[in-house]
Amino acid sequence: MNLMMILEMANSAFADRIAFTNSEDGSSITYQELFDQSGSAALAAQGTTSDHFAIRDVNSLAMPIGIFASSWAGLPFVPLNYRLTEAEIEALLTRITPTYLVTHDDHEEVYTNREGITPVTRGAFLENFDAQSKPEDAWSMEPEDVAVLLFTSGTTGEPKAAILRQKHLVSYLLGSVEFASAEEHEAALVCVPPYHIAGIMAVLSSVYSGRRVVQLPQFSAEAWLELAKSEKITTAFVVPTMLSKIIEALDGQSTADLPDLGSLSYGGGKMPLPVLERAMALFPDTEFTNAYGLTETSSTISVLGPEEHRTAAASEDKYARRRLVSVGVPMPGIEIEIRDDDNNVLPIDTAGEIFVRGEQVSGEYRGIGKVSSEDGWFPTRDRGYTDSEGYLFLDGRADDVIVRGGENLSPGEIEDVLLQHKAVADVAIVGIPDEQWGEAVAMAVVLKPGTSASEDELRSWVKDRLRSSRVPQVIHYKDELPYNPTGKLLRRVIREELIA
Amino acid sequence: MQLKTGTRLGSSVCNAEVMVISASDGDINLTCGGAPMAAAGSGGEKSAIDPDHQGGVQIGKRYVTADATMELLCVKPGEGSLAIDGTPLALKDAKKLPKTD
Repeated sequence: MNLMMILEMANSAFADRIAFTNSEDGSSITYQELFDQSGSAALAAQGTTSDHFAIRDVNSLAMPIGIFASSWAGLPFVPLNYRLTEAEIEALLTRITPTYLVTHDDHEEVYTNREGITPVTRGAFLENFDAQSKPEDAWSMEPEDVAVLLFTSGTTGEPKAAILRQKHLVSYLLGSVEFASAEEHEAALVCVPPYHIAGIMAVLSSVYSGRRVVQLPQFSAEAWLELAKSEKITTAFVVPTMLSKIIEALDGQSTADLPDLGSLSYGGGKMPLPVLERAMALFPDTEFTNAYGLTETSSTISVLGPEEHRTAAASEDKYARRRLVSVGVPMPGIEIEIRDDDNNVLPIDTAGEIFVRGEQVSGEYRGIGKVSSEDGWFPTRDRGYTDSEGYLFLDGRADDVIVRGGENLSPGEIEDVLLQHKAVADVAIVGIPDEQWGEAVAMAVVLKPGTSASEDELRSWVKDRLRSSRVPQVIHYKDELPYNPTGKLLRRVIREELIA
Repeated sequence: MQLKTGTRLGSSVCNAEVMVISASDGDINLTCGGAPMAAAGSGGEKSAIDPDHQGGVQIGKRYVTADATMELLCVKPGEGSLAIDGTPLALKDAKKLPKTD
């Protein structure tokens, strides 16, 4: 198994189709060119002493070439988070040297004469291309080869290097994408960065299905809307914060007027129900899909499809309607269990830790090893529960659970109640150290413009709807909450501020 | 021959190539167009196709045994069809899934 086989198949079926377009500079590449350039780049990387193929850059044509070239060369592909500080990037680089490193053109000077790093700027990487040069040997078909080494976002600590082997990524593709299923006019708008698992999978799924990708390297709602229209985009993936911004940008309009946009999928964080409902109204011709997955599971493991969105939204039954905020049902070949702290499988509608098993699930980190069990179950550290029909609901991270006087409190439960208050725009509940209770409930809240809600009012709101143990002891009013660029709420930052 | 997950095999009667997605242990008599398959790219003269095994294989399609213990992905198309011990493999139905990425 090798990702290059995916590209080889695409190239044999639709060599002359446009595979990728970079909207920033208008450059495009066909499947044939992608194949040839990957060969040329693989040879260049093999000619160095590197044992990784890293990239420190926003999305560009170098991203898909890099993925396939590294698989051809037999080197793990390592997309680095270009938003990190220089010191943080340095720390990651020391973990992957010796490495080949494609950088943004602005970083030309940074890595010259650096031991263990063979740098090449994006411009040089794309230009130094010889259609005749490629490795003499075919790529390895060993399923255990490491295809991608992806640093987790590290919202709770030092980033972990998740290992994704060829077998994980290829299994995901074979299980979820039908080869050559895209029609020639189809185009996907990709605005997630290369270092996000969704950014990697967008490349691979699109190539396997034959769907053109239009890259939007720097997201803004205005640019996204403009590009979706001008490129007649048919499918796109966004994280919740992006969808919020798109809706804001459409303020005052009755529809987004994007009739070509057949499907819009979202994931990577919790989607607030008001945002989703507003989006469904603004995009009447668009099918919505919620995808839940992790880096360690080669992306999507459960899906709430368009039909399920419609059924839930139209249901009179509260229990069925609630499924609109679920992450749907497991993908084919994926098993999910909810377990308590003692590893017992829990009954329906009872929250615990989500465990997952399947061929696409890696659950392995460099330097840490496999964290999944002998029989393949991976503890996601996400909390959740399933309902009577097997729909999966997320309930925050296991590490975010507040233990107050021996009682486990879920921040998500308290946040959901507060978000129903008319003045609350955004809210985060975290645990802070407390002498009496071990941990106390603390809250950072953002009010909607022109509204007010006193601390007492918010406390009574929670007390009237949940038990008194859930009532926030400490309340801070904020202008906005901190999120990372891919939409993850930075609870650690909020916690530090609330303790200070 | 022994089949290992991830290995690529070529037909000896046509241009077809397959990748092993899953395989049972032991010696497996996999044929394409009636003739045994061998490691892809091993070359050699193409032999004649058996008229009873010429349904063809299509790129991107998956082929399975009746008990689903063996599954192959066609990575290059050809005129021969796949069989194990003379029993033809069946085309696996594609699942319709929403686009998620």
